[in-house]
Amino acid sequence: MADFRALKDKIAIVGVGNTRYGNFPETDDYGLGADAFRAALDDCGLAKDKIDGLLVCRIPYYARMGEILGISPRWTIPLPPHGRMSSMGIIEAMAALEAGLCDYAALIYANIGRSRRVNYGGDESPNVWDPWGYTSPGAAHAMMFRRHMALYGTTTRQLAEVSVAFRRHACLNPDAVMKQPFTIDDHENARPIVLPLRLLDYCLINDGAVCIIMTTKERARDLRKAPVQISGIGAREAFGNASLSNYEKDFWYPQLQEIAADAYGMAGVGPGDVDALMCYDNFSPTVLFSLEGLGFCPRGESGRFVEGGTLQVGGKLPTNTDGGHLSNSYMQGWALNVEAVRQLRGECGARQVPDCEVVQFVAATPCSRSIIYTRG
Amino acid sequence: MSAYAKPLPKLDTLNRPFWELARDHKLAVQACADCGDRHFPPTPVCPGCLSKNQGWEVVSGRGTLLSWVTFHRAYWGGFAGDLPYDVCLVELDEGPVLVSNLVGAAEGGFQVGDRVEVIFERATDEITLPKFVLAR
Ligand SMILES: [Zn+2]
Repeated sequence: MADFRALKDKIAIVGVGNTRYGNFPETDDYGLGADAFRAALDDCGLAKDKIDGLLVCRIPYYARMGEILGISPRWTIPLPPHGRMSSMGIIEAMAALEAGLCDYAALIYANIGRSRRVNYGGDESPNVWDPWGYTSPGAAHAMMFRRHMALYGTTTRQLAEVSVAFRRHACLNPDAVMKQPFTIDDHENARPIVLPLRLLDYCLINDGAVCIIMTTKERARDLRKAPVQISGIGAREAFGNASLSNYEKDFWYPQLQEIAADAYGMAGVGPGDVDALMCYDNFSPTVLFSLEGLGFCPRGESGRFVEGGTLQVGGKLPTNTDGGHLSNSYMQGWALNVEAVRQLRGECGARQVPDCEVVQFVAATPCSRSIIYTRG
Repeated sequence: MSAYAKPLPKLDTLNRPFWELARDHKLAVQACADCGDRHFPPTPVCPGCLSKNQGWEVVSGRGTLLSWVTFHRAYWGGFAGDLPYDVCLVELDEGPVLVSNLVGAAEGGFQVGDRVEVIFERATDEITLPKFVLAR
């Protein structure tokens, strides 16, 4: 019987690249994707012709991307423009590389939501609940956070710790979009969007692209930089509330518990071994739900757990050291996986976590995933 | 009388019975005649047993407030005049979870776990929206 845990330490990320992040109406998804691809190739020293696997996300047409890059791979997957796709794509590429469906996979993500004025709500994303005025993924997270407040006594001041920590990290990241620090009181007084969430609980909307190049551990040895290996993975879906898009009554706790058991078990580490956490932060409450689900703190205690700068570099659990979606860039999980690689390589400058050996990515979504990265 | 400016449901073969019953001030959910599974929004086959033998069951209209949020942003022009407005999440006693609006409750006057019951608000000749009030 095949067992996914046999993939432990077999596949590595060898090259990462990103564009600048901001508002770029002069280019498009393909132009940004090509820039990220060039940067990732340069990062690992691989010739373009070696790329025989292509995974694209939020890019309109995979074949046009291939045409532009001048590659015709033997393995291609297009993924839809949903935030939850990054770790899903990395895990798919792992399996394809292990199976020999390709030898070197390039995973390219691009987003032009800022320059094209994407709203993530209203008529842009019709839903069965529109007649009652219910729309946007932020509203679903507000609904979940209100429930978390009622069940566990979590406060918006505790929630602010998440946004404050990530903004502090963004101030240390030259690539980040937002570089003005703010306080818990600033968070409390920010413009309300869908209460209990305010502006500083929402991810950014910006243009940019990310590319990740993956191969097997053996092939990785011949490349420019030390490989970062994938030591553990976990995956569970929760589709029972799909019509309440992004809402999950149990905060994805059962799924995340199963993912934690799989990923930690496969990697042979536990939450206490994690030097840095990269946590999908479309909205700040997702971070609290992730911390509880993975077992960094007991259920219902994430609010108290994050108090006092726990998530900041120098704190107990440095999280989203690049600034995350809230303050670095809305690359829908892809840039957080790049940050995991850079932390393990020791490339993060002022925001570097000392002696960083184990970095975990997690996305608490209707398709929850976690990946544990270690030095190869 | 001015035209209704908020989004309206698109009626199709699957959801039409829900809206016809709502116009008669009845709240209904889809129910499977084979396994009894009740759900909303409606599905072409039963998510429990995949049967196509499904109908609509009028429910009590009573439920529990799971959560609520307050919109301070209007994603549609039709809601701009209502800002800020509340949207609630109700778990019906029969099981399914609905998104709706909580009507006539003052801020601070309700909490997660409160009992609620359905009322009906006419939007157009064709569409009447089920909404909720705190249970008496
Ligand atoms: Zn059934």
